[in-house]
Amino acid sequence: MSSEPHNDSFVVFDHVQKSYDGETLVVKDLNLRIGKGEFLTMLGPSGSGKTTCLMMLAGFETATHGEITLDNQPINRVPPHKRGIGMVFQNYALFPHMTVGENLAFPLEVRGMGRDEREAKIARALDMVQMGKFANRRPAQLSGGQQQRIALARALVFDAKLVLMDEPLGALDKQLREHMQFEIKHLHESLGITVVYVTHDQGEALTMSDRVAVFNDGVIQQLAAPAELYEAPQNSFVAQFIGENNKLSGIIEEIADGRARVRLATGETIDATPVNVREKGQKTLVSIRPERVEVKPEALPPGTQTIEAEVLEFIYMGDIFRTRLRVAGSDEFVIKSRNAQGQRQLRPGEKIRIGWAPQDARALDPL
Amino acid sequence: MTAAHQTLTTADGRPLKAALVRAQRRARRRAFLLVAPLLVFVLLTFVIPIGQILYRSVHHDGFSANAPAVSEWFAATAPGTEPDEAAFAALAADFKAMQAARTAGVAATRVNYTLPESRSLFTKTARSADDLVPPYREAFLAIDAKWASPAVWQAMRSSSSAYTGDFYLASADFERAEDGSIHRVEETQRIYVQLYLKTFALSALITVICLLLAFPVAHLLATLPMAKANLLMILVLLPFWTSLLVRTTSWIVLLQSQGVINSALVAMGVIGDDGRLPMIYNQAGTIIVMTHILLPFMILPLYSVMRVIPPGYARAARSLGATSWTTFRRIYLPLTLPGMGAGAMLVFILAVGYYITPALVGGADGQLFSNMIQFHMSKSNWSMAAALSSLLLVGVLILYWLYDKLIGIDNLKLG
Ligand SMILES: Nc1ncnc2c1ncn2[C@@H]1O[C@H](COP(=O)(O)OP(=O)(O)OP(=O)(O)O)[C@@H](O)[C@H]1O
Ligand SMILES: [Mg+2]
Repeated sequence: MSSEPHNDSFVVFDHVQKSYDGETLVVKDLNLRIGKGEFLTMLGPSGSGKTTCLMMLAGFETATHGEITLDNQPINRVPPHKRGIGMVFQNYALFPHMTVGENLAFPLEVRGMGRDEREAKIARALDMVQMGKFANRRPAQLSGGQQQRIALARALVFDAKLVLMDEPLGALDKQLREHMQFEIKHLHESLGITVVYVTHDQGEALTMSDRVAVFNDGVIQQLAAPAELYEAPQNSFVAQFIGENNKLSGIIEEIADGRARVRLATGETIDATPVNVREKGQKTLVSIRPERVEVKPEALPPGTQTIEAEVLEFIYMGDIFRTRLRVAGSDEFVIKSRNAQGQRQLRPGEKIRIGWAPQDARALDPL
Repeated sequence: MTAAHQTLTTADGRPLKAALVRAQRRARRRAFLLVAPLLVFVLLTFVIPIGQILYRSVHHDGFSANAPAVSEWFAATAPGTEPDEAAFAALAADFKAMQAARTAGVAATRVNYTLPESRSLFTKTARSADDLVPPYREAFLAIDAKWASPAVWQAMRSSSSAYTGDFYLASADFERAEDGSIHRVEETQRIYVQLYLKTFALSALITVICLLLAFPVAHLLATLPMAKANLLMILVLLPFWTSLLVRTTSWIVLLQSQGVINSALVAMGVIGDDGRLPMIYNQAGTIIVMTHILLPFMILPLYSVMRVIPPGYARAARSLGATSWTTFRRIYLPLTLPGMGAGAMLVFILAVGYYITPALVGGADGQLFSNMIQFHMSKSNWSMAAALSSLLLVGVLILYWLYDKLIGIDNLKLG
């Protein structure tokens, strides 16, 4: 199902496994092709193996098994300094004993570049991140956001074709973060570089990436474009991890023609789209996005199934209303409705009927 | 708006500035009270003794206080003046007073510093003080012909003022001639300058050896997993838990010519029985043992700096295209500079003032400046010991200043 918009394979992980202690696999059979010029994000909870993958690509960890190729060259045996990969670290790792200019000069000096050429490149890279005036400052004299930009400029100054970023915005506040997301995205587009980006902020992953690889437990759960990831999660983990999600557990009663009937715990049945359930009698989790739930079932096409719900909590959030309901025995069913004309504020204790289009209810594995 | 120029006041109308000053003064007074005990302690145990040393190095009133009359004559006449009858008369009066007060020895000690072997002259004369009758010159010469010697009179002249630079002169291998002019002592007697330079050179050598040995150990300590690092740390600190004497003695056992190392080498046939290596009771012994003793002082500051260097820097450098050697040279080494500076400073300063080890294992050519200080102290020549100590202090301060100029004192991380 995953779309493969780039047919060239700039970076390839081929059956890569990694174990630190010889007992547990931190990365299990990773297969990943990254196209040239692509912005790919590795997203996943803490400890899922994102950094490990990045470190193998950068050359700081060796793959226990499998092959990594960069531009059709196997790089398992290439030391990190010969890979020509730019890297932005979470804590920036700007050399504290050098000025900003010296930090940027470092990769050029070790490549034996002449002074004039160096200066020109440094100036260009600093302008690129709007830090032209800061060449003589020490990293300690910069704010977090400024250090971030310098780290970015340093990773780009030597014209790396591939840039790796490990949670580069983790230490910034929300506003600055959103601003930097935009700038990184902009640089990616204008320079045509390939970016492998690691984050555990799903918002960041969705807004910036061409494709997102959702990691869990050393395995890619789903690799897809952001919209597909959100709209069509392939399993419960992805549905749960990306965005807000309501889940109703039940048993498949009937499955045919891309439709499944699911009997919920309270005995009611609902229609859902089967995703990774195959047969009758299987346990399942039905996943529905909060904003896809309709509180006025009359607005839905005729024949749509509705279900009884009791309002537990109503939160006024300005542009939207957030309502917590009891649905089929679950107290955690949340819906979001736009604060539109004629939309009524619900009161706790009220009994209502809610409904959704069957394609928005996805029957997934029971976790 | 004009509000900016108005005096700001607190809620109850007092000027804000005054209120602020008052509030801060109270806080400052409390802070001062907190540090007062420490201040007193430092004053009593550090500032005063050092002041005392500096004072002693230029002040000795053993002669001037006990022989006031002749001291006055010296003050009234120019250096090199032949002693006349008045001078001898004054000296005779002083000798009688000293004999009565039994202080001739004290005065003699002071003169003895400037002119060795004049002590016996003084004690002898004091014993016969009753025989001193006019004409005094003849009376003195009758007791000892040396009283005619200009050297003796020059020595007394030097001693006649309580404040003197003579001890510093002597420390720099200079002396006063009979006419009061200053010149270097005979070549065979020049010991201090050469020993001073040797002490600094040996300390520098020991510092460098310590640095070379400590760097890998500290690095290992900083990068090893916790459990192993702790074990290694215990080994590093072990020397601190054993007595200095025991450690030094065990070095003697190892290094002496019939010692473990030599015997092993002979047994292995590396050296012949008559070719046993002299590794102790000489300069080599001093260097080996002092390096061992001072090593932890280098390891600990280095370790404390290395431990907090994030591995991210090295990785960043590698990803930017630097080889591991370049990474070490351009990134790691500069980042450990504060530790190296602090360690070198500690080891060097300790080494410069070290005394026990050279005394025990240094033999004749492994002695350091401090051993000379100790020598003078054992002879109760406090002023000379003080002068030598002060020179040591000045040397260290100069190096400290140089360090600040070259590397910067804020680049120093002690612990
Ligand atoms: N050097 C190492 N030695 C042993 N185990 C390690 C090492 N580095 C990581 N691990 C383990 O490997 C697993 C994956 O770690 P990794 O750093 O790749 O996670 P991550 O996805 O980057 O997490 P986070 O989002 O918290 O950064 C974790 O269980 C971690 O404990
Ligand atoms: Mg990580």
